[in-house]
Amino acid sequence: MSTTETPESAPAEQFNTMAQQRHAGLMGMWVFLITELLLFGGVFGAFIVLRVQHENVFAEAAHHLDLVLGTINTVLLLTSGLTMALAEQAVSVRRRGLSLVFLLGTILLGLVFLGIKAYEWHHEYTKQLLPVMDLPFNYPGEHPEVAELFFNFYYAMTGMHAAHMLIGIVILAVMAALVAGWRAPAKLDRQIHIVGLYWAFVDVVWIFVFTVLYLLRG
Amino acid sequence: MITASHAEHASGHYLSHDWTLRGWLLTVDHKRIAWLYAASITGFFFLGGLAALLIRLELITAPGDLLSSETYNKMFSLHGIVMVWFFLIPSIPATLGNFLMPMMVGAKDMAFPKLNLLSWYIYTVGGIFTLAAVIAGGVDTGWTFYTPFSSLFSNSAVIAAATGVFVVGFSSILTGLNFIVTTHTMRAPGLTWKRLPLFVWANYATGLIMVLATPVLTVTLLLLGLERGLGIGIFDPALGGDPLLFQHLFWFYSHPAVYIMILPAMGVVSEIIACFSRNPVFGYKGMVISIAAIALFGFVVWGHHMFVSGQSLYAGILFSFFTFLVAVPSAVKTLNWTATLFRGHIWFSAPMIYALSFLGLFTIGGLTGVFLAALALDVHLHDTYFVTAHFHYIMVGGAVTAYLGGLHFWWPKMTGRMYSELWSKVAALALFIGFNLTFYPQFLLGYSGMPRRYHDYPEAFEFLHILSSLGSGVLAIGYLLPLVYLGWSLWRGPRAPANPWDAYGLEWLADSPPIKHNFTETPKVTGGPYVYD
Ligand code: HEM
Ligand SMILES: [Cu+2]
Repeated sequence: MSTTETPESAPAEQFNTMAQQRHAGLMGMWVFLITELLLFGGVFGAFIVLRVQHENVFAEAAHHLDLVLGTINTVLLLTSGLTMALAEQAVSVRRRGLSLVFLLGTILLGLVFLGIKAYEWHHEYTKQLLPVMDLPFNYPGEHPEVAELFFNFYYAMTGMHAAHMLIGIVILAVMAALVAGWRAPAKLDRQIHIVGLYWAFVDVVWIFVFTVLYLLRG
Repeated sequence: MITASHAEHASGHYLSHDWTLRGWLLTVDHKRIAWLYAASITGFFFLGGLAALLIRLELITAPGDLLSSETYNKMFSLHGIVMVWFFLIPSIPATLGNFLMPMMVGAKDMAFPKLNLLSWYIYTVGGIFTLAAVIAGGVDTGWTFYTPFSSLFSNSAVIAAATGVFVVGFSSILTGLNFIVTTHTMRAPGLTWKRLPLFVWANYATGLIMVLATPVLTVTLLLLGLERGLGIGIFDPALGGDPLLFQHLFWFYSHPAVYIMILPAMGVVSEIIACFSRNPVFGYKGMVISIAAIALFGFVVWGHHMFVSGQSLYAGILFSFFTFLVAVPSAVKTLNWTATLFRGHIWFSAPMIYALSFLGLFTIGGLTGVFLAALALDVHLHDTYFVTAHFHYIMVGGAVTAYLGGLHFWWPKMTGRMYSELWSKVAALALFIGFNLTFYPQFLLGYSGMPRRYHDYPEAFEFLHILSSLGSGVLAIGYLLPLVYLGWSLWRGPRAPANPWDAYGLEWLADSPPIKHNFTETPKVTGGPYVYD
């Protein structure tokens, strides 16, 4: 991309050219995201099979999730997707301060998301809807044992997603530190695109999690 | 045709510089990482082999006298887990593939050398968990971890063992990712897709399967762990969960996984057969299409492991149909190798003996797979020694034999030393004879109704079991011998020239052993592979 900044952009040992390195980096991230897609695909596949089998109970159980908080979180995460895209743009036009602001904004939104998620889990715990490690499970509706299956999926899926968010936030923090240092902007430009892909992926996964768990309430 | 300038001999090859612990454990050189893997998988191979030996010792006599049934269950579980996940899956890709993929595409290294090293460390961590499971008393679920036994009932070290397998999956994903990106972005000028050696194609396809299938196993084991560890039930029927769901998810990975084992083996065999029959591989294009077809169809046949599990009849019929289909590209490959041999000038070197053994054993394994794909027949044969014999013919007779063949073929390149002609042939023959003696009787046993996974059996089966145990002794010799004479060759073997077999392929242009970045100058490729007259 940036042909003007040649001095700092000598490719890593194994590559012959900068273009080759850039291509490999992006492709590596895409391939990685495909594996991630299949990772989530496994649980989604299982969930959908069981959801079809226990249609009514699952739909009923979904009413016990907090749709308002879920929606707020969705808005937060989508906004963080926007700030991340802006951060990428800011780096590519070499605006250091602006890049940093957008990156930190993204991190902040991610943290608030996790905070709300944790509050939600806690809330479910107080309602005795967290059936892990022999905690009591007091489901007010019919077929509590099948509803328990729904909640188990809920914790597995949102937990996996939160773990990915956490990893993403750590990577964003490292990225922010690098941007603050602002050495080799061409390299930063390459890196932030790759990080951006990951963050976009985490966003998209949430949309699916949100849809199948919160919105499919029959 | 291929050209590369052999500029002045660069002083020092990849093995000669920096021979320190640090120089090995922190290396990012794909060739050294290949050795790290080779050493580790060899260790696991003999651990798994030890378990197998105990199994065969127990089965010499009809009553269960050597091992209790519980210990016996732990033995075959250990054997399966170690052999499948810590030996066979990484075997050819992580050793020969790691060493050769960059060289065959004319690159200095993999696209991501540090990830490559990381993958070995992840493998090691996974291995430690598995060993911990053994020390903690072993695991008795079999290598397949079927629920609800593994999640609710088994009293053995399921979590540790499943964690080991869970972790090692990531090493496989990283290897696959590196293969894919390296093949796409690191090819030398002129090396178009149609000029790639079949070994590269095979490992590329393997990389795709690793990346697409492994994550499903990862998440399946994660759910198993959550259920067993935290009580987050997913497969538990008491919650309306479905234990069969586990089998579906497990085989969605594990059937393609058997192609992770066999495709690289097919790649190795293509290279060896072309070289030692001095003939270009017959039907190169057909070979590439078959590789792709095997990788693709492999994803839609998993239900053939569940014919008698209670899945719907229609699912059974479809899975049976697709399983028949997958035999077609396998047959195409076998016929093409045979056609390559036909009218060739065959040179019975050790690698070639291994390759020919592969051809014979893979054919038997593949054909018996077709028997098993027939719904009605499988009801009789499922969970008998017939299935055991089927997959051992392919995984051991096929994949392990090809691995050894490849190791001999590229040994001079990897080490710069030649090994003993005589002993290598003796070992290859011992393997072929020992293997057939071990596993052929198992077809007969299974056909007459001997089920798998029992430590005792009716007297009537004793004779065949004794033959099988005898065979395993011969087989053990076939596996131990290379350890001796290949090890010996490292110190005393004659120096190998750059291209001892007069073979084609970019790797043979490099020195034996190669310099750190493989080539003094990036090679330029102007023609297809296998230009044997
Ligand atoms: C020609 C292609 C093949 C066909 C048609 C085929 C067919 C089958 C069928 C139908 C079964 C299920 C038998 C049963 O459990 O009742 C089976 C089991 C098995 N096959 Fe194959 N197969 C083929 C190739 C392979 C290859 C290439 C491998 C390994 C590299 C392999 C490894 C296995 C294993 C490990 C099992 C048994 C797993 C277990 O239950 O523990 N097969 N095969
Ligand atoms: Cu299969």
